Amino acid sequence: MNRVDFTPAAKELMDELKTFHGPIMFHQSGGCCDGSSPMCFALDDFKVGEVDVFLGTVDGAPFYMSSSQYEYWKHTHLTLDVTPGRGSSFSIEIPTGKRFLIKSRLLTHDEIENLPEAPRGKQH
Amino acid sequence: MSLHNRPELKSEYGNYIGGKFVAAADGHTFDVVTPIDGSVITKVPRSNAKDVNAAIDAAHAAFATWKNSSVTERSNMLLKIADIVEENHHYLAAVETLDNGKSIRETIHADIALVIDHFRYFAGVIRAEEGTVSELDATTVSVNIKEPIGVVAQIIPWNFPLLMAAWKIAPALAAGNCVIVKPAEQTPAGICVFMELVGHLIPDGVLNIVHGFGPEAGKPLAQSSRVHKVAFTGETTTGRLIMQYASENLNPVTMELGGKSPNVFFKSVMDADDEFLNKAIEGAVMFALNQGEVCTCPSRILVHEDIYEPFMAKVIERTNAIKMGNPFDEGTMMGAQASEDQYNKILNYIDIGKEEGAEVLCGGASADLGGDLGTGYYIQPTILKGHNKMRVFQEEIFGPVTAVTTFKTVEEALEIANDTLYGLGAGVWTRDAHEAYQVPRAIEAGRVWVNCYHAYPAHAPFGGYKQSGFGRETHLMMLNHYRQNKNMLVSYDKNALGFF
Repeated sequence: MNRVDFTPAAKELMDELKTFHGPIMFHQSGGCCDGSSPMCFALDDFKVGEVDVFLGTVDGAPFYMSSSQYEYWKHTHLTLDVTPGRGSSFSIEIPTGKRFLIKSRLLTHDEIENLPEAPRGKQH
Repeated sequence: MSLHNRPELKSEYGNYIGGKFVAAADGHTFDVVTPIDGSVITKVPRSNAKDVNAAIDAAHAAFATWKNSSVTERSNMLLKIADIVEENHHYLAAVETLDNGKSIRETIHADIALVIDHFRYFAGVIRAEEGTVSELDATTVSVNIKEPIGVVAQIIPWNFPLLMAAWKIAPALAAGNCVIVKPAEQTPAGICVFMELVGHLIPDGVLNIVHGFGPEAGKPLAQSSRVHKVAFTGETTTGRLIMQYASENLNPVTMELGGKSPNVFFKSVMDADDEFLNKAIEGAVMFALNQGEVCTCPSRILVHEDIYEPFMAKVIERTNAIKMGNPFDEGTMMGAQASEDQYNKILNYIDIGKEEGAEVLCGGASADLGGDLGTGYYIQPTILKGHNKMRVFQEEIFGPVTAVTTFKTVEEALEIANDTLYGLGAGVWTRDAHEAYQVPRAIEAGRVWVNCYHAYPAHAPFGGYKQSGFGRETHLMMLNHYRQNKNMLVSYDKNALGFF
């Protein structure tokens, strides 16, 4: 059981990005414009801090979110998916004309009981 | 209501570097799509670090003389820019509508009208500014002179493409800087037309525009050790990334990162059925302005429980009366979302709201406007009822979606209003003079509208608390974010100190 899963379309896009950029990572954004979208970077291009929590990996890529935002998200399960469209931001998939997005569903009571707490700080 | 013509654009525009439109060094372009119907309207350069460096070179070359330009010269230039924008008010509004999808009545009466006002405001305030001189003792004088910071990078969002550019460009030029603007890749057309109109008024290299995708053009600009300041409007992860780059260069930054603004309606709002109540209802429906794509979208409505039923009945009625349609029709109140990914993100949020148990009071789905607009990105104005811990109450959806909840006391209203990561905007509606002062003071946000909402006049500073960022735009305060202070400490004493 993972806090974050991914769709086949997300895997396909991740594979495409890895051939250009090498290992990749995700950080879930908040706020204006493209906020609330996941941001994809070459691994370690974004510096994860103690303020972030590690939600798990998606096809080997670590997925982080700021701990303050996580407080409002932790009861939901996330699925990394892809939509056509042009985002802004520095997320590396933007030139492909596709954009990662997050689909969410509520975790069940049992799932919440069984999921370990997401650790803080860099875990990769 | 009149129907405006869809403006004709050139088939392709260049970057604007060193006073000329130029193609990307590698010759690549990308299509610009209008969200009105998903069709391609023009092409712009797909720039990379080579183009960014060419723009930085041009800006540095221009700065050698522009930094010594007189206040009068800079002020007059800004006034002329405002005049040209005013002469082309409806044309630029139509381009902006085509580029972004918002209704023409908003681009005419808000976006472009405010662009004109902001250039004139900054032209005006720099003529009235003075430095300071202090006589520290009989022979020692301290003189403070403001100097431009140098070459400035500005990354512009797509929700008010020209207005957000004006918020950043006008004070930076007024302060004597040279500027490199990276427009949002969803909405690059408006600033191309703007530069066609006003480029001749600006010395070569003083204002440069580099188009392209964030990771290819925005990143090398934000990362460059040859820019002296970065201004950004956008979301928190990119904000943090830009600050990481800035920390490597020890560069100052200003950030506007959005919000989840509470709009608080106290009981006295319903004390009379009068003009003020009518205004307050409109104030609640302001969540639909600009299709909700506003950093300060009043996306949380807090209503006193005693007036919830009658007040929200009127708000829902007014929301259901919002006319969606062709954005070029002045009768259209709400146009298209700016891009397909945003459209899908908003629909996902409506779904998670429903799953969390929020009640859909109106809207709750996409809108199929049929015909030519059937391929555009339209969403019904949506009101969800729930509680403040739900994700739809905590995350910026950036669409025409607001979430309503109730409160019993002033204390509870404040607790809910401040229970958010952000602090950009807020609204307070009351007929009680004490509430009208004390509640705004207790809300942790940089802009609290009292008995109004979504007004953005130049001369009133705008910026965030908490994770909404820092810096204050739309006011002369912003000038100091684009300047250094030179202190000249002058001795009029002929005698040595006697130490050596």
